[in-house]
Amino acid sequence: MLNHDDSSAIPQWTHDGSSRIPFWVYTNPTVYERELERVFYSKHWNYVGLEAEIPNHGDFKRTKLGERSIILARDADGAVNAVENICAHRGAQFCRERFGNNKEFLCPYHQWTYDLKGNLLGVPFRRGLKKGGEVRGGMPADFSIADHPLTKLKVAVRNGVIFASFDHDVEPLEDYVGPEILPYFDRTFDGRRLKVIGYSRQRISSNWKLMQENIKDPYHVGLLHTWFVMFGLIRGDQKSHLVMDAHGRHGVMASTREAVDGGEATKGLNSFKQDMKLNDTRIIDIKPEPWWNGPTVVMLTLFPNLIVQQQSNSMSTRQIMPRGTGAFDFVWTHFGFENDDQDMALRRLRQANMFGPAGYVSADDGEVLEFCQDSYEQDTNHIAIAEQGGKDWGPSNHVITENVLRGMYAYWRKVMEI
Amino acid sequence: MLAPNSDYLALQNLYSDYATCLDDGHLEEWPEFFLDECEYRIQPRENYERSLPLSIMWLESKGMLKDRVYGVRNTLYHDPYYQRHVVSAPRVTRIAGGEIRSEANYLVLRIKRDELPEILNVGRYIDTVRETPDGLKFKARLCIFDSELIQNSIIYPI
Ligand SMILES: [Fe+2]
Repeated sequence: MLNHDDSSAIPQWTHDGSSRIPFWVYTNPTVYERELERVFYSKHWNYVGLEAEIPNHGDFKRTKLGERSIILARDADGAVNAVENICAHRGAQFCRERFGNNKEFLCPYHQWTYDLKGNLLGVPFRRGLKKGGEVRGGMPADFSIADHPLTKLKVAVRNGVIFASFDHDVEPLEDYVGPEILPYFDRTFDGRRLKVIGYSRQRISSNWKLMQENIKDPYHVGLLHTWFVMFGLIRGDQKSHLVMDAHGRHGVMASTREAVDGGEATKGLNSFKQDMKLNDTRIIDIKPEPWWNGPTVVMLTLFPNLIVQQQSNSMSTRQIMPRGTGAFDFVWTHFGFENDDQDMALRRLRQANMFGPAGYVSADDGEVLEFCQDSYEQDTNHIAIAEQGGKDWGPSNHVITENVLRGMYAYWRKVMEI
Repeated sequence: MLAPNSDYLALQNLYSDYATCLDDGHLEEWPEFFLDECEYRIQPRENYERSLPLSIMWLESKGMLKDRVYGVRNTLYHDPYYQRHVVSAPRVTRIAGGEIRSEANYLVLRIKRDELPEILNVGRYIDTVRETPDGLKFKARLCIFDSELIQNSIIYPI
């Protein structure tokens, strides 16, 4: 535990429940340190990658869990290992490439080597340098190679998706996700082989929780995302349901697209223009896939750091990596399935124009998150309202609500003891 | 002596006019730098070099370019900003079949209201240019960027 977690540095949460959120939640450094310890580094699973990114023995991927640099590696026996990217010797962050293939880890500073499980293999001049009958240097006699591995993380892989935790006592992944959410996870990840089609990387100047809130907030979707509304991809009145786990920490928004027209959900919206047509409609030319089983969009939030997107034919994982109170890195890994035909592969790529840092319905999310953080930092005593659809949380059969967001804060308050 | 009708000068002017159009905020004129059948993409270098096809913007026709302009103007909520392109002299890599292949380095600055300038995007244009009765037009413009970590968003074309 960090000894600077001083409760007196955390203000009082003044309202009941989780529908009124004080601005200091997004700015207070003590709150943030506690989040790293309690949310990212213990008792929770974090998404760290896809098996398809490291298919072969020796393949590695460098990423982050919370603020800590970690490496995933495919071992000789096919297992996925995760270790912290800190040499046991002087602490150098030795792995610099994002991806590669190595049969062992080597720290360049003093050439300490480790196997792909993180066990220390070799220390140069461990027994010293013998010269003319004299031994120069050498590690102390009680220095044990076995006692100095890299920090090893616990790893769980479910249907090609890799999670890790610094906490070896974390509950099993399936229990962590929970029986309400697991079927939605397995809907996309049912064991089919995935194919990564590329990455987008953003640094967004807002607190990391705002990204989770954004995806847990279907209230904004038909309002901020004029593009979605205009071209009929998603609307406030379409058939939808929201699902949460028993703790309120994870959420699913599943929705089914209906025919495009005006109607009640677009009345009074400043943004709606009935007459607008695309010159080239290929971006919204959607081909239903049998595995959808209904919903045309399923957005899944796994607390604390993962969003799984299936929006029409476009799919991605979005990984959150916090950087202090006021910024996070956001990595999009777009993927399809290995057995996609050419036509489907093209659709997934085209529809990706809606998402990512330039996306028609994503670039604006990043923008408004910064607008919020700007205010949070100016007056930390101010309070944000999340009372659309009530003050409590639970499942819902419509999207005019902020209840999933309230669920997250109910859980957050419990874990954080705030 | 600089020949006023030299092919290279025409190519250089295409690059300069394109940058000026975007820096002046004349988005509606931007699609006119392209053929009807064209490709425009903004793609991180890591994807390009690993043959991962994902781009942050991938437009496959002049119609899609026009749709992007409409989307930016009418649907995509964003913090207002100026952009300023600094583009190197084009390097012609091939001339064949009525097409010029050329490349240029670019640096695009973003200047938001009440903020200092920042680097929005830095990379390399990889272009295919064709001669038409209306002058040189892009058949393809790929913006392959080194600045893979994007400071929040990219709204306008580059
Ligand atoms: Fe959104």
